[in-house]
Amino acid sequence: MSGPRRPARRHPIRVLIAKPGLDGHDRGAKVVARALRDAGMEVIYAGLRQTPEEIVRAALEEDVDLIGLSILSGAHMALFPKVLKLLKAQKAGSVPVFAGGIIPDEDAHRLKKAGIRAIFGPGTSLEEIVGTAQKLARRRA
Amino acid sequence: MKGSPRLPTAARAILAGDRRTLARVISWVENGSPSAEPVLRALYPRTHGVPVVGLTGPLGVGKSSLISTLVGLLRARGRSVAVVAVDPSSPFSGGSVLGDRIRLERRPDDAGVFFRSMASRGAAGGVATATLEVCRLLDAAGFDVVLVETVGSGQVDVAIREIATTSIVVLVPHLGDEVQTLKAGLFEIADIFCVNKSDLPGADVARRDLADLVAHGPYEGGWTPAIVSTSTTAATGTEELWSAVEAHEAFLDRTGGRRAGERRRLAAEIVGLVRDRVGRELTGRLERDPELRRLLDAVTARTLDPRSAARRLRLASPPGPEGRR
Ligand SMILES: Nc1nc2c(ncn2[C@@H]2O[C@H](COP(=O)(O)OP(=O)(O)OP(=O)(O)O)[C@@H](O)[C@H]2O)c(=O)[nH]1
Ligand SMILES: [Mg+2]
Repeated sequence: MSGPRRPARRHPIRVLIAKPGLDGHDRGAKVVARALRDAGMEVIYAGLRQTPEEIVRAALEEDVDLIGLSILSGAHMALFPKVLKLLKAQKAGSVPVFAGGIIPDEDAHRLKKAGIRAIFGPGTSLEEIVGTAQKLARRRA
Repeated sequence: MKGSPRLPTAARAILAGDRRTLARVISWVENGSPSAEPVLRALYPRTHGVPVVGLTGPLGVGKSSLISTLVGLLRARGRSVAVVAVDPSSPFSGGSVLGDRIRLERRPDDAGVFFRSMASRGAAGGVATATLEVCRLLDAAGFDVVLVETVGSGQVDVAIREIATTSIVVLVPHLGDEVQTLKAGLFEIADIFCVNKSDLPGADVARRDLADLVAHGPYEGGWTPAIVSTSTTAATGTEELWSAVEAHEAFLDRTGGRRAGERRRLAAEIVGLVRDRVGRELTGRLERDPELRRLLDAVTARTLDPRSAARRLRLASPPGPEGRR
């Protein structure tokens, strides 16, 4: 990835972290946000209870390189594909989206097929999340 | 000039209301990308000089919440509004968490609102130049009002004066000591003091203390800072706050303060840009130019001191015209 063919990026990766759905806990999302910041990223933290429309609008206004969605409420099968669909509709389908939360394997498989680039379960290490986020953003740059 | 075919595509798109391109060009400005320059140049004559209202103040006093209420008020009055929220970058990692969006409430399809978070990055040129240029893009894009949030500590605090036409310093009750220590700086910045969280006890005392401090005018330009109490949770004071902004903007128009302020800000901007350019050029030449390298050698060998070297550097090689690289 970071071989000599690709010049180092001159500016920080911008990533939107948002929590769609109705559950009211964002501790996990905040921990991830801070880890991404500590890795040198600019994290736009959109907060709780974001609708897919709000998330996509924030991503476009903030011109992010990457979107991270976190969910615990189980509405992922409805909300994540909606985000992807709206991004495509705005010709922003190339912005990679990753997700974290409690997502059964079967759903994870389908979401990946739908275009979610990486899915992290509750036990995933921050190193892995940060590393994957960097790779996803770099591949796009 | 209108509709000139020589206008860069991105500039034309921004004028036509394309928010996606606006967002992308803002990134170019933030990144110091050369692509930004022709767009900024083309759009500069298309700016109107709209009010740029800065909100600054200590961490957590309610700046973003106030911005959300002001956005609501302005939209209800049919005025479009763009927000730029600046947060500091971590000096260690260079990253940052930009959380001001959390407070924003708007209809998700309302094209009359645009919100952008910026990290200060602390790069050459500083946050002031980049923020000014972003405000100018938003002006050219047709927004009636631009609101800028900065955290009131260190450099960002002072920078608001180089950006805003009206500056609001936001405080909360029981910030007495903070007010005392920040006093000098705050009074240079504030056109309006906003005592937010006035639903909490002590707001009247805070307001009175501020009034005592404000009474120690006269002020440069003749404007005495207004003091307004607000509560975003009780939804009070928003109208009064905006009235104070309008009063200050009207004062600027009445007294010629707008032109004077604009000239002062532009002068600071140009000086800053020249300083950056000269700095970049000299830093690059210090290692390439044989004569300059000899100077550096002499300083390293302690046969010349840095100040003398700096003086000779300036005299020996004034910065050449741009483009002659
Ligand atoms: N009691 C009370 N709380 C308020 C009021 N306005 C804001 N808050 C609360 O103060 C906290 C900080 O509000 P923000 O609007 O994020 O403050 P800020 O100044 O933008 O914060 P930073 O950007 O982090 O410096 C939140 O928990 C708000 O709910 C108010 O008028 N009264
Ligand atoms: Mg804020």
